[in-house]
Amino acid sequence: MTVKNKPSISFHMDVSDFLPAEESEKQSVDIMRESVSFWKGGFQRLVRNKLAMASLTVIILVMILSFIVPAFYPYSYEQQIRGSENLNIMEYSEAELARIEAGEKVFPHILGTDSLGRDMAIRIMMGSRISLLVGIVASAIILFIGSTYGAIAGYFGGKVDLIMMRIVDAIYTIPDILIIILLSVTLKHPLKSLAENVPGFSWIDTVGVGLISIFIVFSLLYWVGMARIVRGQILSLKEQEFVTAAKALGASHTRIIKDHLLTNCIGTLIVTTTLQIPSSIFTESFLSFLGLGVNAPMPSLGSLAAQAIGGMKSYPHRLLAPAIAISLIILSFNLLGDGLRDAFDPRLKN
Amino acid sequence: MSKLLLDIKNLRLSFFTPAGEVKAINDISLQMNEGDVLGIVGESGSGKSVTAYSIMGLVPFPGRIIDGTIDFNGHRINDMTEAELRQIRGNEVSIIFQDPMTSLNPVYTIGNQIREVILLHTDMNKEQANKRALELLTLVGINEPEKRLKQYPHELSGGMRQRVMIAIALACEPKLLIADEPTTALDVTIQAQIMELMMELKEKINMSIIMITHDLGIVANMCEKIVVMYGGKIVEAGTSDEIFYNPKHEYTKGLLRSIPKINAKKHEKLIPIEGTPVDMLNPPAGCPFAPRCDKCMKICLREMPEFTQVSESHKCACWLLQKEAFLASAGGEG
Amino acid sequence: MERVAKKDQKYQEPKEGALIEIQHLKQYFPVSDGLFSRKYVKAVDDVSFYIKKGETLGLVGESGCGKTTTGRSILRLYEPTDGKIFYDGVDITHVDMLPYRRKMQIVFQDPYASLNPRMTVADIVGEPIDIHKLAHSKKERSERIMEMLERVGLNSEHANRYPHEFSGGQRQRIGIARALAVDPEFIVCDEPVSALDVSIQAQIVNMFEELQEEMGLTYLFIAHDLSVVKHISDRIGVMYLGKLVELADSYELTFHSVHPYTKSLISAIPVPDPKTSREQKRIILEGDVPSPLNPPTGCRFRTRCPYADELCAADEPEFKEVSNGHFAACHHLDKVK
Repeated sequence: MTVKNKPSISFHMDVSDFLPAEESEKQSVDIMRESVSFWKGGFQRLVRNKLAMASLTVIILVMILSFIVPAFYPYSYEQQIRGSENLNIMEYSEAELARIEAGEKVFPHILGTDSLGRDMAIRIMMGSRISLLVGIVASAIILFIGSTYGAIAGYFGGKVDLIMMRIVDAIYTIPDILIIILLSVTLKHPLKSLAENVPGFSWIDTVGVGLISIFIVFSLLYWVGMARIVRGQILSLKEQEFVTAAKALGASHTRIIKDHLLTNCIGTLIVTTTLQIPSSIFTESFLSFLGLGVNAPMPSLGSLAAQAIGGMKSYPHRLLAPAIAISLIILSFNLLGDGLRDAFDPRLKN
Repeated sequence: MSKLLLDIKNLRLSFFTPAGEVKAINDISLQMNEGDVLGIVGESGSGKSVTAYSIMGLVPFPGRIIDGTIDFNGHRINDMTEAELRQIRGNEVSIIFQDPMTSLNPVYTIGNQIREVILLHTDMNKEQANKRALELLTLVGINEPEKRLKQYPHELSGGMRQRVMIAIALACEPKLLIADEPTTALDVTIQAQIMELMMELKEKINMSIIMITHDLGIVANMCEKIVVMYGGKIVEAGTSDEIFYNPKHEYTKGLLRSIPKINAKKHEKLIPIEGTPVDMLNPPAGCPFAPRCDKCMKICLREMPEFTQVSESHKCACWLLQKEAFLASAGGEG
Repeated sequence: MERVAKKDQKYQEPKEGALIEIQHLKQYFPVSDGLFSRKYVKAVDDVSFYIKKGETLGLVGESGCGKTTTGRSILRLYEPTDGKIFYDGVDITHVDMLPYRRKMQIVFQDPYASLNPRMTVADIVGEPIDIHKLAHSKKERSERIMEMLERVGLNSEHANRYPHEFSGGQRQRIGIARALAVDPEFIVCDEPVSALDVSIQAQIVNMFEELQEEMGLTYLFIAHDLSVVKHISDRIGVMYLGKLVELADSYELTFHSVHPYTKSLISAIPVPDPKTSREQKRIILEGDVPSPLNPPTGCRFRTRCPYADELCAADEPEFKEVSNGHFAACHHLDKVK
């Protein structure tokens, strides 16, 4: 073999360069990149999303205000202060002014008081707590029932799927408000006697029949959307080869559904649940507005809004405050849900 | 003396992805004359498909040519605008892709799709275009062409769809046909039909072909000239006989040793190429094949080798070939 | 009464020394054709063969021939429509498969789809160990996992990573490690190298051969690339549209095939050797593979066969022995060149 060209030496070379390379030198080129798991990668993407982060901050703030601050607040939600009715924002009643002059420190009514002398600020905070609790608990119920149901229907397919989904279709047609009203009317007396007669059930009184009816209805009716979504995911996932591989290994149905199918749905589950929360909160606010929610004196953002309608012209802040609170909470959860979807949606990964 | 049809000089093309720069084509030069059948052999990540797409200016965002020139049939491709490129695509240069299922539009009839390219680049009216479409279908060996024109892609088999792709590609009698793994998705008996068809057509309309594939059997069968790519570089180029019977690059040699041969008389041990394909986000500094090469030297990891001209038509980029010359010159001066 | 007796006569005693045997295996998939009519895709239509212990039987054919379905039916990933499957002489067609899942495993074609993207490599290889309770402590479990990884050329550094971080060849190794974790006797290799780069294929093929020697494995090697199949198999079966058309020793089949389809299949393979290619006489078949929903009557290959006549349309040829260990189904073997 004749070499026609001499190497053009544009960089420094010497004889030692032509010695065989060590294994270690070759290996160093072959290092693997840093391991990025599904969660870490998604989380990194989420953090980069400014809108989602802002929403998360708002949610955290609201949680602090609803759960932590009331413990330190000088007023409680049911406390009716005589003489302090219908105070405006930061207004003091005559009795309070007198006390201030006497040297006492009186915490201002940041949002005024209502017609019964109850501090609005603490009521809004408690109302937010109820809304958040309802939203989160209801969504958890929906997640659990819906995903199990959908996973079973999707996995087994055939007749099982057919029957289960027809039941879902039937449930979709049921008017939810009607059922809530019916339930809260029919359950009122049985639950009340339960609260009075059986120890350990007294919380029913505080929470109220209305709220319990809401939870029951959520458990009976609202999980169907989640079931459909999960079923769809499972249907496409179960055709994947790694599911066949699991079957070939001898995996049981439970193992396949749990470890292979649902784990690959987690992104969807988180996103759907996060978007379900504002929907539940809205439903609860709406129902409380109609008077079907929590019992007085327990406030809910919806019931606060309802109470404020009468005095809308004179005390607009009584309507604005809960309305803004509801809007802020719902908007933040929606934006966070969108951010989560963008961060964890496998289709957007390249 | 054949006319020069394609002249690529020092082409560099990178994809600027969020994860980093992928140097898909890292300084390649190749030439092709009219009437040649050139085979570009390589694996995933070698840059073979991107090279073909860049000839037609089809490299998608975020890919960008960062250096070098592409001259095709008198056009400077990398300087042309999108409108100018559209004039020559389908007209002077055509491409057929690997997957005939997805390359045809499922909502238009076959006739519609063939007529489209004819109407775009010629002055024929619809009737004339239809006649030409019928001719083309017959040319590519599809039976009952009148019936086929009215059918939709999903009604045809894989082999037939690929023939339709070829018909569309040939509609304006291009000077160059680029075939990007056209038979990989087809059964082997259908593959044989398509290969035979392509060779027949090349004779009939004097077309040049670039055949992009990873299958050494196909290039041995169809191509007179072969270019071997690895990690975005051309590692060896030569005639078919030279590459198969006198391979100089360790990668080429490795490929030939590692494929099982159907006509082997007894069981031969396959000698695989160790290691994993190059990570294009993090390519090595020197020769891209160095980490997998048995005969890797220290310089191979550091510096990109230059081409050694083994014969007039055969060149290879490897430090092993430069070693003797260098040592000789170094020794002589010392 | 007569009918029942005839049915029993179809099946024979399982062959001595055969680890796997299928007799008259049928796998039909229902496809609804409109609201009331039901059609069947006869993916596997009366296929019989056996595989001896320690042997590799290759199964080749083009798309729609039923080779992958056959492999999966043997593992009862599909429930056979008819026929019998024998494992080491035992009829396993209707038994509970869990204990047999330890002995019979499968490696899949697509290294990207056959691994759960959310599981680490250690979990993927550990799953079969957990299912069959092969480890009695956490330590034992991770030792076994490491052993498997090393066997396929990976190392402990890879155990906690996810599939998407690996190349195709490495993922295939993970799939093989998973199959080996239960210490099986028989593995169905379902196109295990088709989706890999050429330079990696040889690595994996060699690994299959080494593992077979070390562990005494029996393989059913399914592929469409006859070159690879010939290299690794002792005997090869050729399938066409759900039927076995020829079965013989690898070299016998490659150089002395008798069935027209096998001959054209072999001649269609482009040889990576320019001189031989130029001299090669190609038998180019006309037309496309018919749809498995509507296979031709009689011999299924007759629509593309240069030797077909009325007999081929009327009668299905019998799969019989033409010389020692060499079987074929064709009416006109004497005419075929």
